[in-house]
Amino acid sequence: MLSFALIFIAAIFFSGIISRTKSIFSGRKGPGIMQPIKDIMRLFRKGAVYSQTSSFVFQIAPTIYFSSVVMAMLIVPFGQSKGLISFNGDFIFFAYVLALGKFFSIISALDTGSSFGGMGASREALYSMFAEPAFFILIGSLALLTGHSSFQEIFSALHLGSYITYALAILATFVLLMIAMIENSRMPIDDPKTHLELTMIHEVMILENSGFDLGLILSAGCLKFAIYGALIVNLFIGIFPYEYTIPLFFITQFLIAITIGTIESFMARFRMGHNAQFIFALTSVSLLIFFGALLILGKFI
Amino acid sequence: MILIKAFLIIIVGALLLIPFLKVTGKGIVIFLAIVLNAALTSYFAVLTLMGEKFEFILPGSIISDVIPIRIDALSGWFMLIINLVFITGSFYGLFYMKAYREQKSKISVHAMALLLLQSALLGICVIQNSFAFLIAWEIMALSAFMLVIFENEKMATIKAGLNYLIQSHISIVFLMLGFMWVRFKTGSYDFSAITAYTTENPKIAILLFLCFFVTFAIKAGIVPMHTWLPYAHPAAPAHISGIMSGVIIKIGIFGILRMLLLIKLDYTSIGYIILFFSVISGLYGVMLAIIQHNLKKLLAYHSIENIGIIGMGIGIGCIGLGSNNAILANLGFAAAMLHTLNHALFKSLLFYTAGNVYQATHTIDVEQLGGLVKKMPQTALLFLIAAIAICGIPPFNGFISEFLLYSGLYHWLQDANLFSLIVIGFSILGLVLIGGLAMLCFTKAFGVVFLGNPRKEFHHEIKEPPFIQLLPLYLITLIIIAIGVFPKLFINLLLQPILLFASNPFPATNTLQYNQDVLQQISWGMWGLIGIITLVFLLRKWALSKSKVTIEPTWACSYTAPTSKMQYTANSFVRSYRKLFRPFLMLSKNKKEIHGIFPGKVHYKSVTYDKLEKWFVDSPIKAIKSLLSRFQFLQNGNLQFYILYGIIFIVSIICIPLIYEKFLVFIDFLKQL
Repeated sequence: MLSFALIFIAAIFFSGIISRTKSIFSGRKGPGIMQPIKDIMRLFRKGAVYSQTSSFVFQIAPTIYFSSVVMAMLIVPFGQSKGLISFNGDFIFFAYVLALGKFFSIISALDTGSSFGGMGASREALYSMFAEPAFFILIGSLALLTGHSSFQEIFSALHLGSYITYALAILATFVLLMIAMIENSRMPIDDPKTHLELTMIHEVMILENSGFDLGLILSAGCLKFAIYGALIVNLFIGIFPYEYTIPLFFITQFLIAITIGTIESFMARFRMGHNAQFIFALTSVSLLIFFGALLILGKFI
Repeated sequence: MILIKAFLIIIVGALLLIPFLKVTGKGIVIFLAIVLNAALTSYFAVLTLMGEKFEFILPGSIISDVIPIRIDALSGWFMLIINLVFITGSFYGLFYMKAYREQKSKISVHAMALLLLQSALLGICVIQNSFAFLIAWEIMALSAFMLVIFENEKMATIKAGLNYLIQSHISIVFLMLGFMWVRFKTGSYDFSAITAYTTENPKIAILLFLCFFVTFAIKAGIVPMHTWLPYAHPAAPAHISGIMSGVIIKIGIFGILRMLLLIKLDYTSIGYIILFFSVISGLYGVMLAIIQHNLKKLLAYHSIENIGIIGMGIGIGCIGLGSNNAILANLGFAAAMLHTLNHALFKSLLFYTAGNVYQATHTIDVEQLGGLVKKMPQTALLFLIAAIAICGIPPFNGFISEFLLYSGLYHWLQDANLFSLIVIGFSILGLVLIGGLAMLCFTKAFGVVFLGNPRKEFHHEIKEPPFIQLLPLYLITLIIIAIGVFPKLFINLLLQPILLFASNPFPATNTLQYNQDVLQQISWGMWGLIGIITLVFLLRKWALSKSKVTIEPTWACSYTAPTSKMQYTANSFVRSYRKLFRPFLMLSKNKKEIHGIFPGKVHYKSVTYDKLEKWFVDSPIKAIKSLLSRFQFLQNGNLQFYILYGIIFIVSIICIPLIYEKFLVFIDFLKQL
């Protein structure tokens, strides 16, 4: 339950910090850190416009998307405190619950009958498919390394390993960070600030959403960032007492947000055609971790 | 014993009755017969799942010896699946066939074949005499053939039917070979002879198993023996497609499992073989499914994918048996058998909804459909649930079996050597990619068929089928949801079938507890998910009730006259996928592009083909044809020549043994020298 509260708090500030970082780097004054949350709150109060073409799918999709993210959030542990739901193989449930949200966001983009929606949907479906193997192999190698198969047990056992496990944890951080970027359609994959529909992925899928639904989608985005941030934090904190880990949690989330902001300030988006290769390359990084785990366990004989 | 007689009497009675009835009567009689048969056999099946075993000995005949009927938990599980699919399928068929009610004689044949098919399938589950088994197998193949070619005025249907008939007979050849081998060596038709024989000759066991494996792999549609499947499924009427995909290909899985029980062999190596073919099947099936534009063909390729997933479960289970890892064996076989049920459920549901679409629009080409959700909301909802379930996404049943499979793989990880680690890595990679690709495929299928604007004007009214026709579909949906949210219940049902495989090495209660705790948590997770969704939805409803909601046209980048042709098509949806996976696919395009200031009519058509079919079916046939064409001069149409061939044949039949004898004498003579 602790992780739920922490992730929730981190999510409130996360996208604000990213945009603040970006504004500092580009020399603008920029909005305050709370601005994205204020926007979302305003959206929640606003009315909505629906497309004539859309059906019940379009109405329920944002709800299911948001709920799937909240459900995933309940599974994430924090240090020695388990998530609300924790069992052997909970990370499979985690990934597949997120897939439910993706499924609905894809079909809701197709529901509007606009050609833009189709574009975004097709890209999202393809890219998220490529991102998933990286996650499963990453967790698989950590499971192999620690001999456990639930999030909380893996993370707490990982910390007790040797120093080399920290090297692996750093690689894992990279993979998780990139997955977070893909899941949230951020910079190297997708440019959230682009103004051309033809080059969008996520933005073009939610083109028709407005009001409460848009608020749900945006807040789900913030939560997703914080969830992956929490997973990254978990790689390092192990079973330290709370008085260290809780500040560490916020510091790490803060650093991740700044990293994302920096990446977005200094990098350009990849060409759409190269994205798939890039994303699949993450799987090879995961495989690297897998072989690292094999080395540590001495199975390479 | 009396019940078996009742079973036979029902079949014979119904078969004799059908030709003399009116069309409605035929339908009702056949449905009643199927339900009665189902009730009779399910009685045994349920008892076996409680832990009982039955054995009856039928007298048989001089040729076949006695025919033992043994009903164990494995038979019971598959019998229940068969009965479930047949009851829903035939009920749905009653209404689906209304459009064809003028063709009375065809409907008679169809109805009889349907009943025969059910009886044959049930027979295959319980008969343990190879001679009788072969007869049941043949009845199944032929009656399924009759069912597939219902619309025999279409050339494509006949072709698909013949393709199926030929391939299923190739599989029978292997089956006969296996049975004859055992009979020749042991002199018994009883299946227990197989066990006895293989225990004595463990080295030959693997060959014998492979012989049976090919048989059942052809039936199950494991790549590269899958080529009949994508033709036969779309050609058949919707309820038959559902039954074929739901049970006929599953009988192949049943066969593999049965042979694993009967043949004692080195489980580990056979597990790796099965796992290898299954991962390939799963990936290849879904990769080809994505580029199909015929909705039923798409679903047919998905059957291959799901057979792959089931096969992975079996493979893991075998490896678990081989390495004395009870939890692994449990998880593997549980995943395989649960997924067999799951696939039967959601795939038949998908085929029935595709049937609804076909009935309403008279086409299953996805590029011509669109926007059906407004005309057929119930069908759309049912299709959506089945689509989510088949992708293995919670809160439906597909997730449970895939979860068991993943758990198996991750559990195996803990005590694996380098080789098996690599195998696990690729299996996980395969399974994850299968999941992702299935999601790409079904978002495409659902999105293009049901969402957006209609892509083509239809000149007839498109309407939802009557509620009573949808009734079996709702029943299936209910079970899909129930398995999703109460997985523990169904795993308990599976306890006996699993124990058949993995009872010896460890106390079963431990491993069972392992599953149960996890599944209980998943159950909570599913309820949590549903709870959160309901909560957020109510919140949204409340928030929207306070503010203004307007309906406007879709935004088209300020373009004021968008047409439905500007929507993404199924083909464009998978364009980037197609480009990435080109090495595995076979696509030919036929297009005319825009040229000049006043372009004429342009068109774009892409045709897909199966690369493996080209390699494994077309090329060999071509080679055989070119070889045989050299002997065409023999078939010259001249009667005298044919008589000559006959005489040559008879003379050689008589002479060869004589010459052989002389030859032996000569050899003896030489030896004496």
